Amino acid sequence: MHALLRDLLPGPVITDGAWGTQLQAQGLAAGECPDGWNLTQPARVETVARAYVEAGSQVILTNTFGANRLRLAAHGLGNQAAGINRAGAQISRRAAGSRARVFASIGPTGKMLALGETNEAELREVFAEQANALAAEGVDALLLETFSDLGEIRPALAAAKATGLPVVVSLVFDSGPARDRTMMGTTPEQAVAALVEAGADALGANCGRGIEGYIPICRRLRAATDRPLWIKPNAGLPEVVDGRAVYRTSPEQFAARVPDLIAAGATFVGGCCGSSPAFIAAMIRRLASGGRK
Amino acid sequence: MLPSYPPDDMHDFSKLQEAVLAGNSAAAVAAARQALSEGADPLDLVLHGISPAMAEVGRLFEAGDYFVPELLISARATKEVFVLIRPLLAKQGAQPTGRVVLGTVQGDLHDIGKNLVAALLEGGGFEVIDLGVSVSPEKFIAAVADKKAQIVGLSALLTTTLPAMKTTLDAFRSAGLRDRVKVMIGGAPVTQSFADTIGADGYGENAASAVQLARRLVGV
Repeated sequence: MHALLRDLLPGPVITDGAWGTQLQAQGLAAGECPDGWNLTQPARVETVARAYVEAGSQVILTNTFGANRLRLAAHGLGNQAAGINRAGAQISRRAAGSRARVFASIGPTGKMLALGETNEAELREVFAEQANALAAEGVDALLLETFSDLGEIRPALAAAKATGLPVVVSLVFDSGPARDRTMMGTTPEQAVAALVEAGADALGANCGRGIEGYIPICRRLRAATDRPLWIKPNAGLPEVVDGRAVYRTSPEQFAARVPDLIAAGATFVGGCCGSSPAFIAAMIRRLASGGRK
Repeated sequence: MLPSYPPDDMHDFSKLQEAVLAGNSAAAVAAARQALSEGADPLDLVLHGISPAMAEVGRLFEAGDYFVPELLISARATKEVFVLIRPLLAKQGAQPTGRVVLGTVQGDLHDIGKNLVAALLEGGGFEVIDLGVSVSPEKFIAAVADKKAQIVGLSALLTTTLPAMKTTLDAFRSAGLRDRVKVMIGGAPVTQSFADTIGADGYGENAASAVQLARRLVGV
């Protein structure tokens, strides 16, 4: 196991919450490229990163989820991938100081291999560019998050591992009648087998479900592997009120189930869409008050 | 179960249907060629061969037996058959089931869901005019008017771009075109109550139900 992960274990390690909604609170417009803000609005991005450190996050991410060349190209920023990633890593490292670790976020390209919209060689190149830029700024680990397609994960994971950093891989399990598979039909057990084989240092699940839904998924992941598990559920599922998305789960409701998530085997726990620094603070209060199992 | 086609006087399309269900493009094209060489009518081939098979693919997807990869390879098999028969249909003057203008709304760059809907609609015999991502209300309106589409389909993945669905619908109203086109919406954050609120004609929970909805909206 990577020394870094060993230092953080056995956990539980509290990670961070959503960035997109926090950036919007800082003035990011709908449809605007969040990652581009690393170059144009670094102070506002740092405000978000700092809010998670202040709330007690032991691990924070970077504002680089969509900072791969293919996704940036849709915003006309395709040739700025390296700079956007480097700036994103610098911002989070500044905010973290010595108080938190920085795991750099890498998201999917949004292109489907099965439709021939991209290919493995291109993906390998695109993810290598992003991973190398993030690694060059001294982040502690790389996180491949919100992936659904093992075919896209393989070149991404190979590129991430080539940096020598520990790599966490997190999938969305939100499909199928039991909502326990990825969009591509992969079960937690199949994901573990494929990701362990491909060399993921830790793995897990994020987005697409609330904490309720990810407790049994976490249990199944734990039954299939002894690697550290990374879990970031949404704050419930959004309801649309007056044309705006509202997440109904409160920080306290979310935090109340965190001990169950840890009992199910989660090592790293945080929140995805709809969560905020208040969720992190509530989780820490809950664990400090004896919720730790 | 596949519908128990054909009636006595119609060609047996079961081989074609099996190939579509299995996502086997080569076998689907071969079966279509064979059917045509045996005198099958191209329109029958669509209505009683491909459409029921793709409806079954949609059902399996909804039931959770098929996932995105299975859906995509079946859609691809269908597309290849259409390459073969589209010229024949045109020669007959056959009309598509309906014409649908599709796009992801302004500010939203996600297109996986929209692409799945497009693939399934084409499999269902619809002509699809795909405008791509981050489509402005003006572009939707121009395409609907230009192509005489009966349906416009709006997609969004981001909760932040949902308001653009309402903006687009309002633009159709202002342009005096709202009554001339049916509007269907879909995407992860979209719900029936949101569809009702903004006055859309229908909402599809997933790509497969979008096809059923489109058929209902054009009255077939």
